[in-house]
Amino acid sequence: MRSMEAKPAAAAGPALRWVQLAFVRLGVLPFLLLVAVVVFTLLSDNFLTSRNLLNVARQSTYLVMVSMGQMFALLTGGFDLSVGTMLAVTSVVGALAMSTAYAAMPDAVALAIALGLLAGFAAGASIGVINGIGVALFNVSPFMMTLGMASIGFGIALYLTGGVPVYGMPQEFGDVFGFGSWLGLPAPVWVTVALIFLLYLLVNWTRLGRYFYAVGGNIKAARLSGINTRLTLFTAYVLCGSMAATSGLLLTARLDTGEANIGASMPLESIAACVIAGVSLRGGVGRVENVVLGALFIGLIQNGMNLARIESYLQTVVIGALLILAVVADQFRLRYIANLQD
Amino acid sequence: MSAMAPQGQAPPRAEAVPLLRLEAITRHFPGVLALDRVDFDLRPGEVHVLFGENGAGKSTLISIVAGALRPSGGRMFFRGEPLDLASVHHARSLGISAVFQEFSLVPQLTVEENLFLGAEATTRGLLDKRELRRAAGEILDRLGFPLRRNQQVAFLSRAEQQMVEIAKAFRSELSVLILDEPTASLTERETERLFALIEQVKRRGAGVIYVTHRMSEVRRIGDRITVLRDGRYVATVPAKETPDGELVRLMTGRVIEQIFPQIGFRPGRTVLDVQHLSTGSGSVSDVSLMVRAGEIVGLAGLIGSGKSEVARACFGLEALTSGRVVFEGREVSGATPRAMLERGFFYLPPDRRDEGLVMLRSVRENVALAALDTPDLALGPFLRRGAEREKVQELVARMNLQPPRIEREVDHFSGGNQQKVLLARSLTRTVKLFAFDEPTVGVDVGTRVAIYEFIRDLCEAGAAVLLISSELPEILHLSNRVYVMYRGRLRAELTGSEINQETVLGHFFAREAA
Repeated sequence: MRSMEAKPAAAAGPALRWVQLAFVRLGVLPFLLLVAVVVFTLLSDNFLTSRNLLNVARQSTYLVMVSMGQMFALLTGGFDLSVGTMLAVTSVVGALAMSTAYAAMPDAVALAIALGLLAGFAAGASIGVINGIGVALFNVSPFMMTLGMASIGFGIALYLTGGVPVYGMPQEFGDVFGFGSWLGLPAPVWVTVALIFLLYLLVNWTRLGRYFYAVGGNIKAARLSGINTRLTLFTAYVLCGSMAATSGLLLTARLDTGEANIGASMPLESIAACVIAGVSLRGGVGRVENVVLGALFIGLIQNGMNLARIESYLQTVVIGALLILAVVADQFRLRYIANLQD
Repeated sequence: MSAMAPQGQAPPRAEAVPLLRLEAITRHFPGVLALDRVDFDLRPGEVHVLFGENGAGKSTLISIVAGALRPSGGRMFFRGEPLDLASVHHARSLGISAVFQEFSLVPQLTVEENLFLGAEATTRGLLDKRELRRAAGEILDRLGFPLRRNQQVAFLSRAEQQMVEIAKAFRSELSVLILDEPTASLTERETERLFALIEQVKRRGAGVIYVTHRMSEVRRIGDRITVLRDGRYVATVPAKETPDGELVRLMTGRVIEQIFPQIGFRPGRTVLDVQHLSTGSGSVSDVSLMVRAGEIVGLAGLIGSGKSEVARACFGLEALTSGRVVFEGREVSGATPRAMLERGFFYLPPDRRDEGLVMLRSVRENVALAALDTPDLALGPFLRRGAEREKVQELVARMNLQPPRIEREVDHFSGGNQQKVLLARSLTRTVKLFAFDEPTVGVDVGTRVAIYEFIRDLCEAGAAVLLISSELPEILHLSNRVYVMYRGRLRAELTGSEINQETVLGHFFAREAA
């Protein structure tokens, strides 16, 4: 078997060989990015402009944050289907708290914003806490736990608002956190960059970061090595919740309303971003920087399709197809690795 | 038994046309040559023992004969005709049935449903339940197994599950029966029952391929022995006449003295003192033992005797119901693995894939895993990655890991080298007691020698070592004292000249008078 598959590679030119090696090392994402950039540049003149690319970066920040959170759940061998709900709950609770506080004391704008942020973050992150308790303490499968919480959270968000968007937040909230910019970069991008840096540090340079990989790769071995596996699992879901809540707050600022319907596509898109970036669904494998690229890639695709005037219904078809393609490519990659032995 | 067969024609014809013949069978796995041009033949009415160490290729060979694996090269003949087995199903249709160590039973189904899984009798597309019930009852009666047809397999003991597995092989007419360590979890009486069955099978002219480690069984029921080593064919010898020493030499390629090192024991203070320990699962009851610094204590017994669970309970992996665990003079009953590691108790699990290693991560991360909370490798919540790399590099050199590349995924190393990674982990912390649970499972002879020397060095440096092993020679040659367990209880404590094969084995099995 091995010799048969190795032969064509050896016979082909060094260029193909190099592509194969790059595929094994980096996965499918760089190739997809390359193809996407070439295709959309050909389809639209406006695509490859600095203004549009900055636009992509800004639009993608919300997904980048959620995907990085999702990565922790995936690293530990689970996943989180309730990230969309977290965004909704954060948005609704944050907006309600902020508008109520603002109405009560119209002069204390900063205080109202701070209260709203705090309330929204606490509400979104608490869903992560409950997920963590269920998965780590009661051994509920992540699938059931987060699916259940998704339903509960969505229900609460709709109940609180009656399905109507929440208005009445101070103008300054949107101005600063939604549309503000500093040194030419939008505020959400700054927040995202800071979070990317922090999470990179956490994953690669702290004990906790290493524990996520160990628990996801082999929970029994982690336990025998003296690692508190329950605490590690719990932390993963809390981190995921915190990231989703942060994303929810920034998105609320951008929309200037609290909405129960935002984030519906987040579970699929965040998992897709991670998987395309090479995060293993079985746990234990994945890198922050790749996940950021994965999320940017999805943002890029959506932006490019918008510019190329592809209908939004068809866009979801493309995202789903790309997700499956990435998983299939990963299977091929694993086979290559087994053959190359290195 | 063969004396009862009419003289004259049967034996020579059997010589001429063996039931099964394998010629130069080769099998590759990624990175491993599991079988290298192995020849083998099976005559009608014989028990042909496959003998060899873990990793010698026995399992691969029987998997190929059973149709579970396809050979990468070589030829097979069945009753003189070329044979290309497509599947286990194909093999079964020819009467080739295997009973593997890993049970192929569905726990949620009943005995009867398991017996005919994949070969259910049907009438017009629907299950013929009456016929199935009748046939199941008939097989169980014929074999004399005390099983009820409608018991759910999940609730059976290991020995009973083994019986179901064996009964499965008997559901159709047998030509070749393959048994892989069938007595590992059977009592003496059940073993006798199995041997009687094997006689029956032989008399009907079927052949039996029998894999075992046990010398006594080889003598008892074997006709010929084929020895494998590191995936290669070594020799085929008559079972009754070949002396033990010769078999060990064929199996390992060395004489015993070259494999096991001489160890100077200097027993000092008591490090681990276990008093009347019982576990919640019932796998250990009322066990008392102690391990001193500077000695190796062997813990022997059959699979399922509770020898592993004693160490796991001390390490905090099993819940205790009664008894005390005293470590370095302080009671630690019910402590967590983390607390035990901090105190200096290191437990090395038997199954490196299942419990030992994070297969998809690098050697560096795996070796450092148990020591990330020590000041050597961590500064507050942060990792000292430079120090980690240096430390792991040094340990990898000391363990002679091949290739010595610490960023490579553990999955890409051979079994012996994976075991070295696991052992290296035990050197990352200050450890006073090492509990090695089956430290040489699935490793080649060279690595075994290295592991034994590793254990010797630890012991001579003053550490206490608890050696839990199913490999009797290991226990016999390395231990200063030996405890033997049987069904969760401590059977005996042996010292000095009492540590010999007969005495230890004598305590392995039930003494059933009735």
